[in-house]
Amino acid sequence: MTKKIPKVPEDRKGAGIDRRDFIIRSVKAGAALAVSGSLGYFLYDPAGPGPASEKSSLALPDFSIPEAGKKIAIVTGHDRVKSVNSGLKAIGGIGTFIRKGDRVLIKVNAAFATPPALCATTHPEILSELVRLCLAAGAASVSVTDNPINNPESCFELSGIGEAARASGASLILPKETLFSNLTVPGANFIRNWPVLLGAFQGITKLIGLSPIKDHNRSGASMSIKNWYGLIGGRRNIFHQDIHTFIRDLALMVKPTLVILDGTFTMISNGPTGGSISDLKKTDTVIVSTDQVAADAAGAVLLGKAPTDLPFLIKAEQAGAGTTDFSSLNPVRVTG
Amino acid sequence: MKITIVRRISQFFFFALFVWFCIAATFGQAMWQLRGWPINWFLQLDPLVALSNLITTRSLYSGLAWALATIALTIVLGRFFCGWVCPFGSIHHFVGYLGSRGRKPSERIAVNHYKSTQKIKYYILFALLFAAAGGLIAYFCDLTGLNPALPVVFFLVLAAAASISTKSFPGARKISAAMIALAGVSAVGLFARLDGIVAASVQTGLLDPIPLVYRSVNLVLLPLSDSAFHFTSTAQRHYGATWLTGSIFAAAVLLNLLIPRFYCRIICPLGALYGILGRYAIWRVGRKTEKCSGCRLCDSRCEGACEPGERIRVPECVLCMNCLHTCKDDLVGYNTFRSISGEATDPDLSRRGFLVASLSGIAAVPFMRIDGKLDRNWENTLIRPPGSLSEPEFLNRCIKCGQCARVCPTNVIQPDEWKSGIEGLWTPTLNFRAGSSGCQMNCVACGHICPTAAIRPISLEEKLGRGPFEKAGPIRIGTAFIDRGRCLPWAMDKPCIVCQETCPVSPKAIFVKESFVTVRGGSLDVANAKGAVIELGKPSIQADRFGTGDFFALFDSGSSKMRKRILSNTEGSITIERGADLSGVKSIELQVRLQSPQVDPERCTGCGICEHECPVSGLKAVRVSAEGETRHGKHSLLLK
Repeated sequence: MTKKIPKVPEDRKGAGIDRRDFIIRSVKAGAALAVSGSLGYFLYDPAGPGPASEKSSLALPDFSIPEAGKKIAIVTGHDRVKSVNSGLKAIGGIGTFIRKGDRVLIKVNAAFATPPALCATTHPEILSELVRLCLAAGAASVSVTDNPINNPESCFELSGIGEAARASGASLILPKETLFSNLTVPGANFIRNWPVLLGAFQGITKLIGLSPIKDHNRSGASMSIKNWYGLIGGRRNIFHQDIHTFIRDLALMVKPTLVILDGTFTMISNGPTGGSISDLKKTDTVIVSTDQVAADAAGAVLLGKAPTDLPFLIKAEQAGAGTTDFSSLNPVRVTG
Repeated sequence: MKITIVRRISQFFFFALFVWFCIAATFGQAMWQLRGWPINWFLQLDPLVALSNLITTRSLYSGLAWALATIALTIVLGRFFCGWVCPFGSIHHFVGYLGSRGRKPSERIAVNHYKSTQKIKYYILFALLFAAAGGLIAYFCDLTGLNPALPVVFFLVLAAAASISTKSFPGARKISAAMIALAGVSAVGLFARLDGIVAASVQTGLLDPIPLVYRSVNLVLLPLSDSAFHFTSTAQRHYGATWLTGSIFAAAVLLNLLIPRFYCRIICPLGALYGILGRYAIWRVGRKTEKCSGCRLCDSRCEGACEPGERIRVPECVLCMNCLHTCKDDLVGYNTFRSISGEATDPDLSRRGFLVASLSGIAAVPFMRIDGKLDRNWENTLIRPPGSLSEPEFLNRCIKCGQCARVCPTNVIQPDEWKSGIEGLWTPTLNFRAGSSGCQMNCVACGHICPTAAIRPISLEEKLGRGPFEKAGPIRIGTAFIDRGRCLPWAMDKPCIVCQETCPVSPKAIFVKESFVTVRGGSLDVANAKGAVIELGKPSIQADRFGTGDFFALFDSGSSKMRKRILSNTEGSITIERGADLSGVKSIELQVRLQSPQVDPERCTGCGICEHECPVSGLKAVRVSAEGETRHGKHSLLLK
């Protein structure tokens, strides 16, 4: 593999430089000088790096339907599939919310890699039914997403949510790092220039929150508003230092089309992970509402709590995200 | 079709199959994911894996029986695996081919000459096998048993029998010498108890090409290439020790540019084993006729550097079959008869070299274990996957292939760097910071993938301590400890308890102690208090800070102390919840409600989800340590 070295012609060996050689060399040297000089000129940075600047942020659209009004339905029944149907019917039917061509995103609670029977995650049966209803109402597409606490793949598989989504014709959006971008919510204390799962909202026209009702030691309860925690990325656990203010921020960040609380079983102890059937109580309720604060206030009853026990609800109400006085919305009470 | 084309098709097929298995080792239910694909197959075909485990455990675990097929074929055909199947060998073959492009035939002939360094691989093989043999030798020589006199007599009788029959069969003298040596070894047991010293360790995985290539692809190349696509995982996979894993792979591949199949010829202990096994091969490559011009073109593409044109070195031939075609006169064939120009069926080994290699191997294990890592000096940060055997038994099986780290859905299983010394290099350990969560409660993937059962294939019931395992309780891999000097509620009076929230055990292994603590500068004089509003003597607190729901005012209400939640505050006033009689309140204590986490060691399984989620992101404020792990009773924490 010896390379051939160009030979110097015999008559040129040891000879002085001639005009032609001189010009060629000068031009090459000049070009090299010009390139390095101009690179230095254009890349010259007299100040050095400064403090990190806030990048311009995107916004999350308002998914609510003003003409649908503030409504809440509280359904009693042991079959969550029937209950969600009656609940939706009671507040005007799915057609009021989902129109032909809508692209629907359902934010489930898939936080933990536990089987559906433990009710630590959105139950696959109610998810399948909701997807079916959306598609029947003419939705062009339905996607399901969450950024779980446990490993995402394990969570979606073990909770049955992945299979339910696939089987009912929805697409599953896993929280890939590329889907997060920074968001600043006007009026929020903490969601400022913070990574949020905005990629899942690409082209989305309607948003539905679908969550269980669970005990939660730090905040008091995990329901609809706290469910938006699963849209947050980054080092989100740091917000536990001021969790009530943070959940208020979530209520400001997300303006959903609908929220649905599945209280067929309520996790009354050892939440939000649960882990045992004995942590659950049969409460036979499904709540459907266009007002997430009202829905959570109604859900709190199943945990034996009043809005005053949950500072985040009072804060969300004060911030204008909804009302904790859900009875003022004349709840439609039906039996599933 | 030329046989070399058939060989290339075979190499390409097995290499593609190997890559496919590496991709398919992904948690999930899709067609391309783990759905019973035999992703361990190449490891199971590897007789060095089977043999090393056979020596240490005196058993052949499940799929390792596949190695019998490879052994049988090698005995009949020679080193077919190296030239036709081995995925690592195919990489070397291809890169070596690229390196030889542009080289003149004379240069290629020169580089494909047999070199005496090729015997190094046999020494490596013997050192590794004898490192695994400590236990077996002790078993036969009864070194740790009750009566060492019996084996001494037994071996001496055999030695005598062999030396009497010296003339009746060849090799009797060697056998006699070996028996005397064994009797001598046994005799040591007459004077000394060697239980503490004689030990075995499977270290073949350090250089065995199949675990090496699995580990390199799974723990370096796949996560590297997938970082652009996130096809096999949602989050970037991280693995420790990649500098070492990757450098060894890169060095092994790049050395082909100097000498083709550098690794196969000089380092590979599996190739060495095949070389020894293939000595009775029925078909061999060799010269068919005498009339050879001595052009040595047969060496020009020779992969094994076995010199087919001369006295062919059978143990070096990898059956690439190139010489069959590079010989212009068609003098070389794959025949049942011996080569016209002679054969060397023994590896180029000296007895002295063999003895040094094997004795070094035997001595290496006790030598390494003087560090006490398997004794009092055990490493508490070495958290083994659930179902792992006790440390000595674990080291008797683990081949450092990295399959458990690959399959772990949360990426918490990591190849160990130096925590447990070179003996534990690349063995699995859990790192709760690197992964996407802790060890998932409802997952037993690692034990079911482990090709050697170093991690037992436990059932979910056994892991969780349910059904028939109710009495034994869940499998614990360690215990979480709260670092009260770093924990936000304990050390800094900040509410948090993320650890408690994410603890997956029911009832939770992390529970909280509630307390109300007066904040810094929180004893305040009151000027006026009416309804639910308290006016302070002077504006002295930060506006809007205490209305988060976590702060309370403590004051004298009548004859008793009363505590009410603060709803909002300005610099000079505080609004609290209604329902308290504030008349006569002269001072208040501004308090924060804290829930401070504590671990219940009876419940904690060491899953490490708390450690992963702890918001103290540098050195975590809750950390799992191996105390209490099920696999070692002597590491238990609690009095039982």
